[in-house]
Amino acid sequence: MLDVNFGTVIWASIAFLTVVFILGKFAWKPILTAIKEREDSIETALKSAQKAKEEMAALKADNEELLKQARLERDNMLKKAKETQERIVEEAKGKANEEYQRILDAAKESIRNEKMAALTDIKNQVAQLSLDIAVKLIRKEFDDPDKQKKLIDQYVEEASTKLN
Amino acid sequence: MPYKAFTYRYFSFALSLLASCLLFVSGLQASAENAETDDDHFNAGEMIMEAIADAHEIHIIGDFAIYLPVILYTNDGFDIFSSKHFYHPEKDTTNMEGLAREYTQELMRHKNYIMLHEHIYYANAEGGLDYDPETGAVLNEAPFDISITKNVAGMFLTGLIMILVFGSVARAYKRKPGQAPKGLQSFMEPLILFVRDEVAIPSIGPKKAERFMPFLLSIFFFIWIANMLGLIPFIGEYNVTGTIAITLVLAGLVFIITTFSGNRHYWGHILWPAGVPILIKVIILVPVEILGIFIKPTVLMIRLTANMTAGHIIILSLVSLIFIFGQNSAIVGYSVGLGSTLFMIFMYLIKFLVAFLQAYVFTLLAALYFGDAVQDAHH
Repeated sequence: MLDVNFGTVIWASIAFLTVVFILGKFAWKPILTAIKEREDSIETALKSAQKAKEEMAALKADNEELLKQARLERDNMLKKAKETQERIVEEAKGKANEEYQRILDAAKESIRNEKMAALTDIKNQVAQLSLDIAVKLIRKEFDDPDKQKKLIDQYVEEASTKLN
Repeated sequence: MPYKAFTYRYFSFALSLLASCLLFVSGLQASAENAETDDDHFNAGEMIMEAIADAHEIHIIGDFAIYLPVILYTNDGFDIFSSKHFYHPEKDTTNMEGLAREYTQELMRHKNYIMLHEHIYYANAEGGLDYDPETGAVLNEAPFDISITKNVAGMFLTGLIMILVFGSVARAYKRKPGQAPKGLQSFMEPLILFVRDEVAIPSIGPKKAERFMPFLLSIFFFIWIANMLGLIPFIGEYNVTGTIAITLVLAGLVFIITTFSGNRHYWGHILWPAGVPILIKVIILVPVEILGIFIKPTVLMIRLTANMTAGHIIILSLVSLIFIFGQNSAIVGYSVGLGSTLFMIFMYLIKFLVAFLQAYVFTLLAALYFGDAVQDAHH
């Protein structure tokens, strides 16, 4: 079993070297090249996919940031609008109040003036009436000369006491 | 149901293995009958040795065989004829007087050649063989036998299968570049990648491995397919990788490639190892290293041959058990046959593993030797 048959050695060398040569040229080289190329292309594809993923993530982050800013801006605007609205309402309220006060004051003033005028008028009329009555009364009283004399006496008396 | 399908497949696989083992046994019966000596006793050792040895015919089953061409380089030039003349000669009843019977009965004659145990000799003047009276060795001169023997044919078959299979795989890669592998291609690709990524690159390095890939792939698939070929019954029971002449060539190529691709650092390491006292260097280390250059491929050769032959011997021994017990009683023979068959199934499964493992080990060690030869200085 362990004796070496040199005929077999010769055939084995021929056969194996032929196989190595033929397969090396027509099989191993194209197979290994194809596998290598495919591996490379897969690696490139994976890398670019990773890159795209990263880009997508960056884009998404950007979008988020933008959205956040927009939201913030909107909130600001709303806040400002509300403030403006409140201010306007407040201002309007103040103005209305002022106007009201002014009108009220004016009304009060004019009422007072009217009242004063009316009062003065009434006073004048009362004075005129009293004067008229008094005139009428006096005329009636001093129709009698005795009575006139008596009054003069009385006044003289009064005046003499004052002088004393 | 996937589970059901799996059990069915598993079962049918086991059944077919059993069937092939039984057929294998019946096939071997013929050779076992030949191996029976005159006192009608079955000689297991002789049968086994005959079965694992090379032959000039491919024995299929019973009397059916493929006769291979015998090519002899004789004193008068080449002589080519069919081995059928040896195995089925015209009746020749000449019996060698005075010769032990075990030598005479297997003599096969054609022209002036005699074949004994598959060795071809020139016949002596009386048309027979001369034996050394002490050892029984044949003393006749022999022509140079470069016949296409069974194992040479098996090797050609292996090469042919490789060229067909990998030719078609290579075409598949060309047909659809950059696409996922399909069919045969997808079966072979993981193996090719295995050799590249698990064997060549770790042992040699990614850049230098490329140079050795064609050889490593060829040797891996050659050994693996040749091993598997030896497991298929009824195609001749090839023992290609168990033939020392063939593993000698494979290991010899590993030796040649290692030696010729060895760089300065490799030879420097062998002939003048650094950091060792000079006396030890000259007396022990350098001779050992130089011996190592030859021992490494020799070990490769012997490991592969021995492993593959051992598997064959175990299976043949299990077959022999049946005949040995069967000689005493048929019932014992049948029951032993059942046990033997179960063991043979087990052995076959192991041999499937070993077929791959030995191809892997041979390729890995070859790659390691190449890696040693081309590695850059690192100390």
